[in-house]
Amino acid sequence: MTSDTVQGESAGAAAPPRSLTFTEPEAEPRRKRRRRQSSRRNDPRLFLFLIPAAVIYLWLVLWPTVQAFRFSLTDWDGLSATFNEVGLGNYRRLFGGDSVFTQAVGNSFKFMLAVVTGQTTLSLVLALALQRNTRTNIALRALYFFPTVLSSVSVAFVWSFVYDPTFGLANTLLSAVGLGSWQQPWLGDQSLAIYYLAIVQIWFHAGQMMVVYIAGLQTIPPELFEAVDLDGANRWQRFRYLTWPLVAPATAIVVAYTTIQSFKAFDLIYASTGGGPNHATEILSTLIYNSAFRTFEFGYAAAQSVIFVLVVALVTVVQRRAVALSSRGG
Amino acid sequence: MALAAPSVRGVARTVGLTVYSLIILVPLTVVLFTTLKTSPQMYASPFGLPTTPTLDNFGELLEGGRLGTSLLNSVVVTLSSVVLTLLVSSWAAYGIARILGWTGIVVFGVFALGLAVPAQVAMIPQYVIFKQIGLTNSLLGLILINIAVTCPVAIFILTGFLKTLPNELFEAAEIDGAGQWRTYWSIALPLAKPSFAAVAIFLFVMHWNDLLYPLLFITDPAKATLPKALLDFKGEYTTNYPVLFAGVLVASAPMVIAYVFLQRYFVAGITAGATKG
Repeated sequence: MTSDTVQGESAGAAAPPRSLTFTEPEAEPRRKRRRRQSSRRNDPRLFLFLIPAAVIYLWLVLWPTVQAFRFSLTDWDGLSATFNEVGLGNYRRLFGGDSVFTQAVGNSFKFMLAVVTGQTTLSLVLALALQRNTRTNIALRALYFFPTVLSSVSVAFVWSFVYDPTFGLANTLLSAVGLGSWQQPWLGDQSLAIYYLAIVQIWFHAGQMMVVYIAGLQTIPPELFEAVDLDGANRWQRFRYLTWPLVAPATAIVVAYTTIQSFKAFDLIYASTGGGPNHATEILSTLIYNSAFRTFEFGYAAAQSVIFVLVVALVTVVQRRAVALSSRGG
Repeated sequence: MALAAPSVRGVARTVGLTVYSLIILVPLTVVLFTTLKTSPQMYASPFGLPTTPTLDNFGELLEGGRLGTSLLNSVVVTLSSVVLTLLVSSWAAYGIARILGWTGIVVFGVFALGLAVPAQVAMIPQYVIFKQIGLTNSLLGLILINIAVTCPVAIFILTGFLKTLPNELFEAAEIDGAGQWRTYWSIALPLAKPSFAAVAIFLFVMHWNDLLYPLLFITDPAKATLPKALLDFKGEYTTNYPVLFAGVLVASAPMVIAYVFLQRYFVAGITAGATKG
């Protein structure tokens, strides 16, 4: 009895105390059962362990997230002491022909689709090639994984040098092999810059996803491959009807992670182009930052961030369905 | 029949792997060489070996102690953030793993919610909170925000591990008279060491490389961490790649050294943190 009261008190720190009175009557019959197996009762002191993380998390993550919704209904500039409630005004402005917002949504999807397709394919191909644990393969895996440990800012700088239009690695190489006419302004090309950044993102993280695929491939029992080979399956059939369905769990992880990662690729894009030139590489996460801290439209930026959450949630759901369907079909 | 085919495939495989190795290695090598060149040398021969290697670029960055300060800030912020995040997350994970029934599931769910929220959503109100209580331009502020935003991942992974331990283990400790703290410290922590190491490495990489929060909260160069300082150098040195790359090298060195020596743990840690989170 005493212990139950204490439990209620410490739980009250995180949950509204009213819930206590609701659970109290129904807790009565259960208590008898609990006494019989007394070791199964929750020790109230366990709740003390939650307090530090809960306080800092509620204060600096959950509460601000809720606040974002509230800010999105105002015209606050982030500096003034006062602001006006504008209702859904910010949302009306977003969907009422804000061409930069539309462009950022489009870019987010272009970037996501390019990265997800490219990174999933590349990491699976690399994993298939390096699946066996030979010494060379292990060394190559370590090399391919390496960019992942670098910071986005470092990667952005390395690639700004590769893409430098006048003396960058890419253009120099092209002219060296006699393809001078293929030279590009790279990140200065407004219609393609977002795809060139997708290449950087893939270079950055394909090795990491390769590791996920290798782990998935190594769970497939080798006897299965032997059995299929005995049945006379060719290489493609073996991949299509055995490997691909069996790595489906790994594919689900890779696709889910890559999708979220590409939507969140703020650091890389911000450090590479800042969203430019002329918003050509603006994705939602950079746009939110720029709206809030460049043009000081906090309310408007908050509305963009609310849409951002919804887009991420929607894409996650759709993409989970797609992966589930494609692996069932395989 | 099967003789020609595998060799063609073998050649294709070797070529493919070599090309991809070069795609990874060449830009990094060029960057490494560039740090040893002067600006005119680089423009004269961007991809040649540094004929007369110079350390001037590093000297330029160290002048006035700017890079040194940022390096120190990064070390302080990263180490404190990793240790404190591990501490509060392991407490919470222990609590969640041992709280039975719906209560435990709900608490877990609330923390897991943090994994789904993109950083750019909470950042505007976070900025407002920090501004109000004077935590901008403060290393303490960076540490606090790091703990807040990464504790969900850490709790997620650590709880997942602690849940795999049989409850009888904890009950036995209690029957022997150990309190919760003792059980946490002497039973849960030692057993969770491998997942602890994985989470620690994941957090280390995350916190060391983070740009968003320094960008949001730090305007004073004396309080900048390395990624933020690098970005500021870019504004200052625009296309002075040798100096920029010297900065990149300094900022990456601790991570690269750690990766070389702790490679297995890195691969496991970063991948677990990323994919489970």
